[in-house]
Formats: sequence, C-alpha cells, structure tokens
Amino acid sequence: MTVLSSRTRRSTIAKEGLLTTLPTLWFSLIAVLFVGYFFLEGFDYGVGMLVPWVGRTDQERRAVIATIGPVWDANEVWLITAAGALFAAFPNWYATLFSGFYLPLAVLLAALILRGVALEFRSKDERPSWRTRWDLAIVIGSAVPPIIWGLAMGNLLHGVPIDQSMDYVGHAATLLNPYAIVGALATVSLFLLHGALYLDLKAPPELSERAHRIAYRIGPWTTLFYFLFVFLSYFYAHFAHKLGLDPGPIPVLAGTSMIAVRFLLPGRHRAWAFFALGLTIILSTISVFLALYPRVMISTLNPRWSLTIWNASSNPYSLRVMTIVAVTVLPIVLAYQAWTYWIFRQRVSFQDTWHY
Amino acid sequence: MTRVGLARLQFGTMTIYHFLFVPITIGTAFLLAILETRYWRTQQSSDRKVLDFFGRLFLINFAVGVVTGILQEFQFGMNWATYSRFVGDVFGAPLAVEALAAFFLESTFIGLWIFGWDRLSPRMHTWTMWLVAIGTSLSAFWILTANSFMQEPVGYRLVHHHAEMTNFFALLGNPQLWVEFPHVELAALTTGGFFVASVSAYFLINQEEYRSWFQAPFHIGLVVAAAGSILVIVLGHEQAQHLIVAQPMKMAASEALWHTSGLHAAWSIISLFNPVTHHTWFSLPIPDMLSILAYNRLTGRVLGISALQHLYQRRYGPGYYVPPVFVTYWSFRLMIFLGFLMAALSIWGLWLSRQGTLFDHPAYLRWMSWSVIFPLVANIMGWVMTEVGRQPWIVFGLEKTANGVSPTVPIGSVATTDIGFTLLYLVMGIFELRLMLKYIRLGPEAEEAYRSPPHDGIVEPH
Ligand code: HDD
Ligand code: HEM
Ligand code: HEM
Repeated sequence: MTVLSSRTRRSTIAKEGLLTTLPTLWFSLIAVLFVGYFFLEGFDYGVGMLVPWVGRTDQERRAVIATIGPVWDANEVWLITAAGALFAAFPNWYATLFSGFYLPLAVLLAALILRGVALEFRSKDERPSWRTRWDLAIVIGSAVPPIIWGLAMGNLLHGVPIDQSMDYVGHAATLLNPYAIVGALATVSLFLLHGALYLDLKAPPELSERAHRIAYRIGPWTTLFYFLFVFLSYFYAHFAHKLGLDPGPIPVLAGTSMIAVRFLLPGRHRAWAFFALGLTIILSTISVFLALYPRVMISTLNPRWSLTIWNASSNPYSLRVMTIVAVTVLPIVLAYQAWTYWIFRQRVSFQDTWHY
Repeated sequence: MTRVGLARLQFGTMTIYHFLFVPITIGTAFLLAILETRYWRTQQSSDRKVLDFFGRLFLINFAVGVVTGILQEFQFGMNWATYSRFVGDVFGAPLAVEALAAFFLESTFIGLWIFGWDRLSPRMHTWTMWLVAIGTSLSAFWILTANSFMQEPVGYRLVHHHAEMTNFFALLGNPQLWVEFPHVELAALTTGGFFVASVSAYFLINQEEYRSWFQAPFHIGLVVAAAGSILVIVLGHEQAQHLIVAQPMKMAASEALWHTSGLHAAWSIISLFNPVTHHTWFSLPIPDMLSILAYNRLTGRVLGISALQHLYQRRYGPGYYVPPVFVTYWSFRLMIFLGFLMAALSIWGLWLSRQGTLFDHPAYLRWMSWSVIFPLVANIMGWVMTEVGRQPWIVFGLEKTANGVSPTVPIGSVATTDIGFTLLYLVMGIFELRLMLKYIRLGPEAEEAYRSPPHDGIVEPH
C-alpha cells in the first residue's frame, strides 16, 4: 500500500516536474530562435537599408548585396522556424499574437515578400530605372521588419488588451503608442548600425571604408534610441512593476557592450565592433524574454487573463516529441549554417562573379 | 461577404498561388541535380551553360515560392486563430519540424549552390543541389503530414474542446498521408519534368543552333514526366480508394452522385447537373468505372449524397454536410483528364524520339513547349478538389471551417489584406512571368555579358 502510494506520488512529481520544465524549455527555445533571427537577419536588414548609401554605382550596390547573397534566405528561416515553433509549442501565443497584431503583421509580411523578390529580381534587367526601383524595394523591405518588431516588442513589454478567452480586443491603433515607437526606432537604428559593421567586414575595401564612416554617423543615434527605450521601460514596461525573472546583469552587459562598439570602431580589429553589437542584440533579446517570463502576453485588462507559458502551451507529450526533434536537428542546422559562413568567410571582391 | 468567406478567399488564393511555384521547385530541383551530375561526367561547356540556364529559371521561381511561403506560415494565426488554438498542439508540430528539418536545408544549400561554384569542389557542389532537392521533398512531406491531419485526424484526443497529440507516430503513419504524399510528390516531379521538357522543346523548334544542347534535357524531362504522370494516375486511383472509406461525402460530391448507385456504379466523363435541385440533365457514363475506381472490382455500391447527408447528420448532429458539388466535380474531372493527356503526350514523345522522328513532328514540339501549363492546372485542381470537397469541415469530423476563424479580427482588416495581398501577388506574378519569358528568350548564353563585372570595380550606372 505505502509502496504503491509512494510510487504514484513519485510519478506525479515527475509529471509535475515535466509540466513545469517543458514549457520553460520551449520558452527558452523560442527565445533562442528569436535571438538567432535578430542576430542574423538584423545585419541583413541593415545591409538592405544601406544598399543605396554604401553603394553609389550599380557595381557597388551589387557588391553590397553580394555580402549577404548566400545567407539571407537561410537567415530568414530563423523567423519561419520561430513562427512554426510558436505554433507547435504555444498555440495560444501564436494565435493571440498573430491575430492580435493583424495589420502590423500583414505589413511585415508584405515587406518580407517585397524584399525577397527585390533581392532576386533587381539584377535581372540592365535598365537603370528597373534597378533603382527594386533597390528602393530592398530598402523599404528591410526597414519595415525592424520597425514592426520594435513596435511588437514595446507592446509585448507593456501589455495589450486581452480578454478572458485570450483574444486581443484592442484596435490596430492601440499598438502605436509612444513607447512602442521608441522601441521601433531603437530596433531600426540597431540593425542599421549592425549592417554597417557587417559591411565594414565583408564589403570590398573602398565600400567598407564608406560603411565604416556611416557607422560613426549612425552610432550616436542608435545609442540614444537604445537607452531612451531602456529608460522608458522603467515607466511603461510591465516588468517595471512586476519583474518576471530578474535578468540580473544581462541588460547592463547589453548596454555596456553597445557602448564598447564606439571604442572598438577605430581599432584595427573591426570584427570586435561587429561582435560587440551582436552581443547587444543577443542580450537585449534575452532580457525581453526574461522580463516576460513566465508570461508570454500580458493582458492590461486583467492580470489573470495574461497568457503564460502554462495556459498557452501544448500538452507535455507534444512538447516532448518536439524537444527530441529540436535537440537532434538544431545542432545539425547550426553546423551547416556555420559551415556556410566559413565557406564565404572572405571579403566580397569586385572580381567575384555575382548572382545578384 | 462574411468574415469566414473573406478568410477562406484569402487562404484559397494565397495557397493556390503558392502551389503554382512549389511543384516547379520540387520537380526542377531534382532535374537540376541530375543535369549537374551529368555535367560533371561530360564536362561539356554547353552542358554547363544549359545547367546555368535552367538554374536561372529555377531561382526566379524559387524566390516567389519562398516569399509566398512565408505568408502561409503566418496565415493560420492571423486569420484562423480559433483553428490554431484548437489543433496547434497536433498541427503545429509538423509545421515546426518542416521549418527545422526542411526549410533550413533547402535555403542554406541553395545559397551554397548559387554562390559556391568557385568555392566548392565539383562533387560538393553537386551535392548541394541534391540536398536542396531532398529539402524540398522533405518540406512537402511535413506539410502534407499537417494537411493529412485535417483530412483524417489521427493520433489525438479531445480535451476540453481542444485536440491534444497522443501519438506522433500515428501522425506519421496516417493512411491519408501515405496516399497523399506520393501523389503530390510525383505530381511535383511530373511538373518539373514538363517544365524542363517544355522549355527544351521551345529551343528544339525555335532555335536550331541550340538543338544539340537541349536534346538531353528534353529527353530527361520527358522520361521523368512520363514515369511521373503514369505513377500519378496509379496513385490517384489509390487515393480514390482511400477516399471512399475516409471521406465518402467528398467522393460522392466529386461524382455528383446524388443517390446511392446500383451494384454497378458508372463513372461519368461529363455530366450536366443542377447542384441545387440535385437533378442531372445529361451524363456520359463509362459503365462500372466508378466501382473499379472505388473498389478495384466491377461491382460495388457507392453511397450517394443524400444518403450520406442523413448518415453524417446522425453522426455529427444537425447541419448541412454537402460540399460545393459543382466545384468538386469539375476539378476532379479536369485533374483526371489532364493526367491522361500528360501521360499520352509524354509517352508519345518518348516513342517519337525512339523512332528518331522527333523533328518530323514540329506540331508535337510546339504542343510540348506549352505543356507545363497542364501539370500546373492539374495540381491546382487537385487541391481545390481536396480542400473544397472537405467542406464544411476544416478538420474533418472535428471542427467546422466557419468556427475556425479569428473571432476578434475586424472584417475590414481581413478585406484589406485580401485586397492588398492579391494585388501584391498579381504584380509580383506579372514581373515573375515576364522575367521567366525574358530569360527563356535570351537563351543559354545570355548572362555571360554582365555576369563578370569589369575589374576596376567602379562603373557609372548605365
Ligand atoms: C507539397 C508541397 C508544399 C505545400 C503543400 C506547401 N508548401 Fe510551402 N514550400 C514548399 C512546399 C510546399 C517548398 C517546395 O519547400 C517551397 C516552395 C518553393 C520554395 O522555395 O520552397 C516552399 C516554401 C515555403 C516557405 C518558405 C521557406 C523558405 O524560406 O525557404 C514557407 C514558410 C512555407 N512554404 C510554408 C507553407 C505552409 C504554411 C503551407 C501550408 C498551407 C505550405 N507551405 C504549403
Ligand atoms: C498543406 C497545407 C494546405 C494546402 C496545400 C491547402 C490547399 C488549399 C487550396 C489549394 C485551397 C483552394 C480551394 C479554393 O480556393 O476553393 C484551399 C482552401 C482552403 N483551405 Fe486549405 N490547404 C492547406 C491547409 C489548410 C489549413 C491548415 C487550413 C486552415 C486553416 C485550410 C483551410 C482552408 C480553407 C478554409 C479553404 C477555403 C475553402 C473553400 O473556399 O471552400 N487549409 N486549401
Ligand atoms: C488520372 C489520374 C488522377 C486521379 C485518379 C487522381 C485522384 C486524386 C484524388 C482522389 C485526390 C483527392 C484526395 C483526397 O481528397 O484525399 C487527388 C488530389 C490531388 N491530385 Fe490527383 N489524381 C489524378 C491525376 C493528378 C495529376 C496529373 C496531378 C498533377 C500533376 C494531380 C495532383 C493532385 C494534387 C496536387 C492533389 C491534392 C493533394 C492530395 O490530396 O493528394 N492529380 N487526386
């Protein structure tokens, strides 16, 4: 009798342990996917926005695009995977977020569509008017996604009107508040700067000099918006009142690493500036996720209506299956993506043959 | 139009559009891999140019396939939030695996393929295209796993009006998946075969100087197309046999079979009917064919729409369970006619080239140069039949389409995105088609001129 009950108790404990750890694990995995997306597509978007500024002639623009040519599509898959993982692990999060942020997401998707075809089509016709028009599409298509994600981030941190049945009940205009707009500016300028630093490393020497100078010009703005956003967070973000998890030194490190960029820029090891800003992006993303945890979408109407990793998640069986898949497949993906960057580690040169 | 109507319109339009590009990608990726493998054997510069030529066309198509796919990934959450909450637990998993195991593969290796000519060994470079091809088919497999769940839910249990996954392997072993995936995969290979063959046919008749260059791709494309279309027919037959068990109403609707048939069920080649009054004015039957299609026998009753309506009402409660008959009937017919037409065309071509009389039949080649349209239409018709025929269910037997939409998205927003995305796709389609035709016309030696930029680097814009 006692043996039996202790055994059942142990199994319920094991089950409860599973219940609490699996959603947390998946919350972390989603965070990892967004970190990958913002880190990798961040500089892609930056490069896209900089195409006409760093590249003055057609040849130069092609060189700029060639720096992200082999990788941008795979980088974008980080977003697709994040969306898929959200759907699988937190169906309610997926449903509320995507139906709630309906119009901004539609704009985001339109931008991504525009950008993808523009990158592929721009060099497919010699007419200058054709190319300039598609270059404009690349700029718009690269600037809109960070704006939307910045807005989304601001709203996620602040909380949005979510009703009892987990549905978003605000308007599209609810999402356009000053705090979120500063978030958008911070994100755009962060990615712009990261793009410039990437070009500094990868573009042909003449162009990388130009990108280097542009980085100096963008830097102060990035710093301004970034810290303004952090500052405003103390007033507007929900976590200021009720912190999810104490992110400890992580946000401080993120800010420090951003300031370090300024000091690494003049040095001879420009790669460090790129990685320092990359660290800022990574740590900031992690801080946002930590601030939310264990909630995933905060309801401003009633704290009890917030979506959390528990009420938004799939059942433990699904999560377990997905965990096994992710743990086996993700390392392979990381390995061949790293290998791709290794293959294309050299600076782009005007002697290369280009596809774009 | 209602919100459900607008959301359905959007899903249908966007998915049909996506699926114009998808089968070309899947099929052509394999053909490119074959052509590249062949090139490293022959080492002929003309083979390389032909390979590059098809590569250019492939990439124009691939780009549109990719960007329309991104939209697909978000649509469920945007327009079908209730559906997503209801099945996300089960349906989301294959979608996530697709991204993780297939999209990363194809997108990474396509980048390596495009830019890796000077950086990878020939063997490695060929492998990248094979990996792209494998990636695209894996992606088909996983998305069809998800779709099959909607056709035939397995491996789940219902907990508080919410489907929870109980067995992942049941999803992978879904009988629907194992008729659907082979059918779609082979349809895609057929599409790729016709794509390569029809572009090659254009050069065989119109550009004599390239005749010798395009004979091999024409032949390879034709073999794939012939094998593919025959197998697609065989597997379509398998699917119909499964359908009669799993979704009898869809089968009845796609036959416009109002009343349960006699022991010998005939299959109508064409039939004119009024879907409202359930009256058939005229029909041209093949005796016993429906029994054969359904059971592989000369005899066998097939349940009709009214009997099934009664049956479904008893099983699922009051409601109207008949899908749009006109659409399912004709999409099914069109798919099948095109299937036989394609099989005939490709076999005839193989026979002609065996006789060595291919060039005595310019009319045939001219037909072939347009033939890529057939598989494209057949694919769409297949999906229309499958999806429209499943209505009113979004997940067969579990949830109705009308209940799946996002409850709080304003109807104006749905209408806005309907119009916006449709216009965007229209414009994109025009550009893509014009580029495709332009690059076909320019031929295999086109891009040479501006592929290698001048070495000094700085060039003023034209
Ligand atoms: C049978 C095959 C098939 C079907 C039914 C679908 N797709 Fe698809 N999809 C592909 C086969 C494919 C592909 C062959 O893998 C594509 C086409 C062109 C391409 O580049 O990859 C692709 C691209 C593609 C992409 C971009 C991938 C990338 O960036 O590389 C996404 C996100 C989706 N699809 C998502 C979907 C969703 C959510 C669908 C369901 C409604 C869907 N697809 C139907
Ligand atoms: C592999 C994935 C899928 C494919 C390839 C696919 C394909 C299609 C196609 C081609 C149509 C066009 C039919 C028409 O316009 O009449 C369609 C319609 C539709 N699909 Fe799917 N579908 C898939 C998954 C889904 C999913 C996940 C949903 C649910 C959210 C869905 C819901 C619908 C709805 C509501 C329609 C409109 C039906 C109608 O107008 O009668 N489908 N689908
Ligand atoms: C004559 C031969 C054919 C027969 C008997 C046939 C049969 C079928 C059937 C019964 C379905 C519906 C399955 C379901 O709803 O579960 C289907 C779907 C489909 N068919 Fe065909 N088919 C034929 C030819 C073709 C051809 C030539 C193509 C394209 C090249 C094609 C492409 C498709 C596609 C894309 C679907 C939708 C996905 C699916 O449900 O499998 N079919 N076919």
